Amino acid sequence: MTRDFDNPFFPFTGRRCPVGADEGQRQRRQESLPRAAVPLLGFGRLLRRYGFAVASEQISAFMQAVTLLGPRSMADIREAALATLAPPPDRRDEFEAHFQSHFYGSTSAVIEADADEETRIKDDGGADDKRIEAEHRQEGGELSSALEQLSSRDFQRDDDSLTAFRRKLSSALPARRSFRTVRTPSRGKLDLRRSLREIVSADGDVPSPLLRRRQTVPRKLLLLIDVSGSMKLHTEDYLKLAHAAVQGADRAEIFTFGTRLTRITSALRIRDRDQALARAAAQVDDWDGGTRMGPTLLAFLSVPRFSSFARGAAVVILSDALERGDHAELETAMRRLSARAFRLSLATPLAGDPRFRPATAALRAILPDLDDLIDGSSLASLTGFILSLARPAPAAETIWKRVS
Amino acid sequence: MPEVNAETVATSPEAVAQQLAASRYLADDSLATAIFLAIRLGKPLLLEGAPGVGKTEAAKAIAELLGRDLVRLQCYEGIDAAHALYEWNYQRQLLAIRHAGEHEIDIYDDRFLIARPLLQVLRAPEQRVLLVDEIDRSDHEFEALLLEFLSDFQISIPERGTIRAAAQPIVILTSNRTRELAEALRRRCVYHWIGYPDAEREAAIIMLRAGNVAQATARAVATAVQTIRARPLAKPPGIAEAVEWANAATILEKGGSPWPEAFRRAIGVLIKDEEDLSYIAPELGRIVEEALG
Repeated sequence: MTRDFDNPFFPFTGRRCPVGADEGQRQRRQESLPRAAVPLLGFGRLLRRYGFAVASEQISAFMQAVTLLGPRSMADIREAALATLAPPPDRRDEFEAHFQSHFYGSTSAVIEADADEETRIKDDGGADDKRIEAEHRQEGGELSSALEQLSSRDFQRDDDSLTAFRRKLSSALPARRSFRTVRTPSRGKLDLRRSLREIVSADGDVPSPLLRRRQTVPRKLLLLIDVSGSMKLHTEDYLKLAHAAVQGADRAEIFTFGTRLTRITSALRIRDRDQALARAAAQVDDWDGGTRMGPTLLAFLSVPRFSSFARGAAVVILSDALERGDHAELETAMRRLSARAFRLSLATPLAGDPRFRPATAALRAILPDLDDLIDGSSLASLTGFILSLARPAPAAETIWKRVS
Repeated sequence: MPEVNAETVATSPEAVAQQLAASRYLADDSLATAIFLAIRLGKPLLLEGAPGVGKTEAAKAIAELLGRDLVRLQCYEGIDAAHALYEWNYQRQLLAIRHAGEHEIDIYDDRFLIARPLLQVLRAPEQRVLLVDEIDRSDHEFEALLLEFLSDFQISIPERGTIRAAAQPIVILTSNRTRELAEALRRRCVYHWIGYPDAEREAAIIMLRAGNVAQATARAVATAVQTIRARPLAKPPGIAEAVEWANAATILEKGGSPWPEAFRRAIGVLIKDEEDLSYIAPELGRIVEEALG
């Protein structure tokens, strides 16, 4: 990171620094810059230090932009920075604060200002992972115990079944027809491009026609994992399952929810499971707390980027659906989710008990929206269910009516 | 349309803003600066924002400002090279082979080449502006293809060789941010996030875009829409919807409905989601009355 840093392409000097330039050389290079340009370069560095992805190409564009604009005022520099350094919209406030403190020298960089009324949403996409990890380590206590728990319990049998699950997953997910076409020996439409080449090379004769047909691609898989206190016994297994899913499927998205909503997909992309789970564990703030399932799911749906993950996807919610208080919001959220999803399933560990019936008010209310209500108490039943998602099954309501 | 040199049009952000206003598009300082920089630095312009904030309209206004045609490439999941770059007209090629009989014929002639948007722009970079709309809907493979196109502005056709742009074309990309774009793509572009305009600007936009709406109506609509957007709706109304609402309410008022009533009746053009409607309905009267002042 720092090396990259020492090696920007300066439009002002018009040459590239050699890789591995030492500190002294860097000093001299900086001196060869016009004095006014130094703060601009410094600002790029400052942003990188705070985990913004800033390429040297962007810094040179920033300098060019400032030159083009005059600059007539600080506002020009700010606009140029916004346009060329392209901070992600959700970190815009933070960017503003850094700009203020760098160019105006004001130290009151107020970054954290989030009303606790609203459900907090955390996306691990753009942020600097290292920094997040470091921050959370300091919190210690509760979190580190969760970490230990995650890494200490390990069962060989589960591992084997998860490996098999990972391997089978991408071919077992429900498929949809893609817009793209693939070559096929039979049952397809005429592939004119290839056929024409054949005809030309056969000197005008028409050999047997070549065919193409539309490709099928696996649907997305979206797992929403409840990490509240009542699910404590299962979250660990669920995260392992989620890791296997992210590794096995082309397009899987994983979120955890309790009192907040956290996206942990990119943490789980790390191949090594222990490392991936430790990082995911560090990102989730609401371990073993209460559940606000309705509001968090609504929060999920209100972020367009997230709710589009659900569109046409197989959505599996891993939760006991023990919603405290009013369940009207949960009902709305489930209705919206089921309208978007290809198939909406709820896996509850309570269904592991043979005497289980969907009897709570919340469950009864959401049952019509569910495609499946299944047993989520063991990894085996869950992996078996996810692998069978492509096969049609009667709606949850029909099944549970028959039982009760 | 007369051909305009890009550099002479974009002399300063203010000049850009002024000319955009002449093509009935009101840009704020920040957007005008981004457009100015994109034109002068010769980089693609990436516009992100919620649906209905006028990203595509901005592209149209830029094309008009430069006096060029807008070539639009609408992205969707599964879009591929044959839809974006070029395609051969196989039927004509086959016919031509038949027709030629014993004569020699070049079936990879220009006559048989169907130019898709990227190739169209490449062939006449000084008469056309490329709009790659809703790039977030396409998949990663297409993004990679586009990245290659944007860095070199050239297309290789195996049968014909490489076609290069004579000049740097002007490219505008839009995204609804339904998924994160590749860092490499963001890095290569001049970036601007379009937010919803403030009430004053929105009123000005409504005045400019709607048929004949009184200034007081436009201002009331803008204020009410601001309040409605602050509510947690599934589909917050965009600018186009606000303009339609002002239009619809004006028509109803001329048809004999008194003011607050006309707004309430025309709500269907502003909010197009059943749940949102039932959510906002109890408050609507109060919101409209407050906006009317």
